[in-house]
Amino acid sequence: MAVSRVSTSSIKQGFPKSRSMLIGNAAYVPGAYESIATVNGTGSSGTISFSSIPSTYKHLQIRYNARCASGAITDHYIRFNGDTGGTYTKHWVFALDSGGLYTSSTTSTTPPSLGYIQGYDTYPTTGGVVDIHDYTSTSNAKTIRYLTAGDEQSTGSQGAIVVGSALWMNTTNAINQIELVLASSNWSSSSSFSLYGIKGD
Amino acid sequence: MALTYEPISTTTLSSAANSITFSSIPATYTDLHLVVTTLGATGDYISIRFNGDTSTNYSWIIGGMDNTGTFQQKATGQAQGRIGNSMNSATIPTVTRTDIFSYAGSTYKTVNSTSGSDINGSGEVRVFTNMWRSTAAINSILLRGDAGANFAIGTKATLYGIKAA
Repeated sequence: MAVSRVSTSSIKQGFPKSRSMLIGNAAYVPGAYESIATVNGTGSSGTISFSSIPSTYKHLQIRYNARCASGAITDHYIRFNGDTGGTYTKHWVFALDSGGLYTSSTTSTTPPSLGYIQGYDTYPTTGGVVDIHDYTSTSNAKTIRYLTAGDEQSTGSQGAIVVGSALWMNTTNAINQIELVLASSNWSSSSSFSLYGIKGD
Repeated sequence: MALTYEPISTTTLSSAANSITFSSIPATYTDLHLVVTTLGATGDYISIRFNGDTSTNYSWIIGGMDNTGTFQQKATGQAQGRIGNSMNSATIPTVTRTDIFSYAGSTYKTVNSTSGSDINGSGEVRVFTNMWRSTAAINSILLRGDAGANFAIGTKATLYGIKAA
């Protein structure tokens, strides 16, 4: 048990009083950009899932630094609310280490690829930022934009940059689940994925 | 209580300079985000160096297009990375946004960037990916003209920290 000594003068002055619960401290003003959840790869699953996403934000953003556990390069896809149907479209502009600038587009497709995940290097070598706009809308389709890229050099000429947009043509459901799925292999345990919410007026 | 996305430092040039430096970067965030608006009298790439590393530990790939067509470039074993281009204009800024992933971790560092400007008759947009092959946490960032060109008065760079849950 702690024992405090109170001076005579403080007893005479009385304890400090304040009409505010802040007691002179500055108020905390939360920002418009908040971290919702972080999920790490396990090395034994090719799916990263964000579930029970709150509907209290205006937009979402996913940021990740990742590799696939096998010594190869593979696609990764985004999927909303478990929808595996042909309800997506996608457009890409992409550059490859091996040369060239290319375009790619698909319509009425199954969950769209966000680009390439590399697994040759020991460390995560693909960085991704995916913006999901107006994700709670129950009247509009959902547009996403993304940049996924990395320059993997341990085995030579495996880097790539993908700039893309995609559409989930579901107009009636808010997004409450997002999955990032590898086409093959598993997400390495050094991969990390973070979901952020962006508030609007 | 720290915000999830907050500015760490801003530099605005009041005179021409050949570099901008962010130092003593705290290791308390997950990623860094850099927003740079450059004005320049001489067109040059914006280069980036970490922790004063001038060794050939950088590699990059660039994809882009301008008013003449598309292009792709790559390089390995470089003494600096590339994140943006500075156009030949002292009044029309080039805007560059750069993400530095897991900057305080013990893995190699991936740095992705977009950059663009349009000066009504010419212009370009570029996308960059870089790899800094070092496992050291990033505690300083140097921005400079790749070929030594100065940043002009009014060039502004802001470094943000992003903190994951």
